[in-house]
Amino acid sequence: MTTVTEAPPEPPAEAGKPAARRRPRGRFVPYWLLLPGILWLVVFFALPMLYQASTSVQTGSLTEGYEVTWHFATYWDAIGEYWPQFLRSVQYAGTATVLCLLLGYPLAYLIAFKAGRWRSLVLILVIAPFFTSFLIRTLAWKTILADGGPVVGALNTLHVLDVTSWLGMTEGDRVLATPLAVVCGLTYNFLPFMVLPLYTSLERIDPRLHEAAGDLYARPFTTFRKVTFRLSMPGVVSGTLLTFIPASGDYINSQLLGSTNEKMIGNVIQSQFLTVLDYPTAAALSFILMAAILLIVTFYIRRSGTEDLV
Amino acid sequence: MTDQSINDTVPGGAVRLSGISKTYGSYQAVQPLELTVPQGSFFALLGASGCGKTTTLRMIAGLEEPTTGTVHLGDQDVTGLPPYKRPVNTVFQSYALFPHLDIQENVAFGLRRRGIKSVKKQVGEMLELVQLTEHAQKKPHQLSGGQQQRVAVARALINHPKVLLLDEPLGALDLKLRRQMQLELKRIQTEVGITFVHVTHDQEEAMTMADQVAVMNAGAVEQLGAPTELYENPGTTFVANFLGTSNLIEAEITGSSGDDLVLKAGDGKLALPTTRCRAATATGGKLLLGIRPEKITLTHADDAGTVPDGRNRITGRITATSFIGVSTQYVIDSPVADGLEVYAQNIERDTRLAPGAEVVLHWNPAHGFGLDAAQDIDAGLTDGSDGADEGAA
Amino acid sequence: MRWLRRNLVVIAGVLTLAFLILPNIVVLIFSFNRPKGRFNYAWQEFSTDAWKDPCGVADLCGSLSLSLQIAIWSTIGATVLGTMIAFALARYRFRARGAVSSLIFLPMAMPEVVMAASLLTLFLNMGAQLGFWTILIAHIMFCLSFVVTAVKARVLSMDPRLEEAAKDLYASPLQTFLRVTLPIAAPGIAAGALLAFALSFDDFIITNFNAGSTVTFPMYVWGSAQRGTPVQINVIGTAMFAVAVICVLAGMLIGNRRRKQAL
Repeated sequence: MTTVTEAPPEPPAEAGKPAARRRPRGRFVPYWLLLPGILWLVVFFALPMLYQASTSVQTGSLTEGYEVTWHFATYWDAIGEYWPQFLRSVQYAGTATVLCLLLGYPLAYLIAFKAGRWRSLVLILVIAPFFTSFLIRTLAWKTILADGGPVVGALNTLHVLDVTSWLGMTEGDRVLATPLAVVCGLTYNFLPFMVLPLYTSLERIDPRLHEAAGDLYARPFTTFRKVTFRLSMPGVVSGTLLTFIPASGDYINSQLLGSTNEKMIGNVIQSQFLTVLDYPTAAALSFILMAAILLIVTFYIRRSGTEDLV
Repeated sequence: MTDQSINDTVPGGAVRLSGISKTYGSYQAVQPLELTVPQGSFFALLGASGCGKTTTLRMIAGLEEPTTGTVHLGDQDVTGLPPYKRPVNTVFQSYALFPHLDIQENVAFGLRRRGIKSVKKQVGEMLELVQLTEHAQKKPHQLSGGQQQRVAVARALINHPKVLLLDEPLGALDLKLRRQMQLELKRIQTEVGITFVHVTHDQEEAMTMADQVAVMNAGAVEQLGAPTELYENPGTTFVANFLGTSNLIEAEITGSSGDDLVLKAGDGKLALPTTRCRAATATGGKLLLGIRPEKITLTHADDAGTVPDGRNRITGRITATSFIGVSTQYVIDSPVADGLEVYAQNIERDTRLAPGAEVVLHWNPAHGFGLDAAQDIDAGLTDGSDGADEGAA
Repeated sequence: MRWLRRNLVVIAGVLTLAFLILPNIVVLIFSFNRPKGRFNYAWQEFSTDAWKDPCGVADLCGSLSLSLQIAIWSTIGATVLGTMIAFALARYRFRARGAVSSLIFLPMAMPEVVMAASLLTLFLNMGAQLGFWTILIAHIMFCLSFVVTAVKARVLSMDPRLEEAAKDLYASPLQTFLRVTLPIAAPGIAAGALLAFALSFDDFIITNFNAGSTVTFPMYVWGSAQRGTPVQINVIGTAMFAVAVICVLAGMLIGNRRRKQAL
């Protein structure tokens, strides 16, 4: 604990390096500030992860109790039995993320550059749904996508359902209780998490850059590709992560809008934990999900070269 | 190194720094320096960014603890005191006005912290001094840059500090407002009689406002003195180049005649009064002969005969001219040195003085100054990042 | 055609916005429905019955008040703890900085179901009684990181010279904090608190795992999706939406007027 010093407040131009001098008083201030919150996270976030890791290699039964036996076979069994749900989670979450990006980008662009004096109002409309319980809103999709309803009818007339059923997303004239309904629900639920980071990074772009690009003979679409989109990359990266991560672990949309054929890995973990009460399998599954997400996120962040998300 | 000026002429002084230095890790921001700021003076610390001037100021304010040395305010040693116990106040770069308080409360902040209840009269008087009475209820962001600047001054001055510290206070203003605020600050200083220590990188600002200027470079004071003294008789190449423009000519001492040194530069013979030479004057030694551009007169080579005797003269050819209204600036290559600059008042313009013209440059030897030739001839050139690089080195 | 091409972005954006708001409109319309049977998914006839008697279904308002209590307490807890961490991260250098930052980041980068399941494992191992307290603990845990992020951003954007100026003007460290730092950081802290409130109030997954037999409002809605959805759910959903929009609009109006008055 020798390097504790107050962060030099806005080092004067000449202060190239941090002060290394000790300051006897206030040396422990940051630790006192951190202590309660970090303790909370250690006890209720990190420690449970360890418990879960240990649970996943236990054997036994609910009545006789569990014991750590380093039974790694649970992992192989879990993957062997539930790989379709894993795969489905990645597919659904991936599709929903791409849809969020495609839908969210124009909206974010609209707010950042075109909305003018309507900007605050549009922003409120993006955020306001947060204040109605998302379960209620998800249930509303049951009404919207109801069999024989106007939306399904329109999609049918426009032959959209032919395309989606060719893609294996729908069956016959139904939308509800198909993969399309689940993906639609996921897209809807996590769209604001895409729009807000996109908007934040678009808003920072100096509009003069557009003019400069135009001045340098870039056509509008080229301007967008070479300038705007590049500069909004931080928003794209954090938006996709904020969408993909929760979507891949979600079980609400598939439960409310899908059938038993659309179960995702979240549904499995939930039922193993709360209904089947097979704790080792549930713990192993949730550990695999966590590891998979961390791997994907790390790889993705490395590839896109934006490491300062926090 | 040349002029760690111990200003002993004014005993005591408002601020006395002795042996003060600041080190960040292995980087020495301020070398041990001695400095006395005379009571009631307008004192400027001048230097490029990274020269240690702001760190020095912050050590006086108590925002930075010196690595070695002591800070005295009057007779009181304040080295160990935190900023809120020191009788000095600061006008910060970009002002640091409290955005959540109105102008009135910003100005009253210091008084209130010292437990003074009835602040209204004092605040009113202070706002009057800086001519902001009608803006008392506004928030800082509603004022213009110049007005914010005056609030910052008022907020500091209301506490009647022993010394007022100003950290690049005019840096954020445009040129015209800057000129106006320079006069304004000078007026306020004269009116209240408090010692001002002003940090700036703008040599014109320092010369206009200050009674005393300390030129800093690479964490040390290069030279200290009154503005005219610094300008007319710079002690180092850094000061010569940083304060205004200087032509520096490499020359060899060939002897002396009377009170003058006789120099040889190229194939020309030049004179320099011994009293104006800061370098060793032994015959055979080298030195840099400096001459300010406005002290040189240009005469077309055809009229070379009209140049009076007793003046230093060298020949050259004009390579560029630029007309800037009051004067014309010429760049001249000569066998003695390339790129010599000459500023001529536009009183009677000689139309023959155009690029390509052969000319004679001549000046009164007493206007020259001699510097040690061992120095970097380009030290302190302000165009480019020279100054900053030196500071960081 | 040219008009279409030029306004393509605007049209696409407006359509997305419609997609976002459509469910809220459906919730509003169906709050005036008189459904046949237990589920309120198909339109039958207009009625204001549910609006006249929002608490008319058993346990609904009880779960709502429980959710509000939990949201308030976890907002307070997460805001206090999170603000402290944010100040430590933004204002001090200390060892293990990287580890602390990761510990803050990880809960946000973790699917809820993973945190929910592991926390339940801990509670089961400790033999804790699931209910109000376990929900509160869980909510403070996952709201904390969001508060830290919001407050830290604000503190970092604050000019450190303001605090130096306060010290220079005779404010002791405590006075500096109370008179300058805290008021200036307040918008960030408020944003963090608001976020924590919304997250806690609306949380289902983590609550579902760690609530035992306690029923919060989202859990009530979830249960009703199985048993039958009373119209009152739509009433409450619509009312929440309206209150939120009105609050935000009022805040904006006041802000605008203040700005205008000042000029």
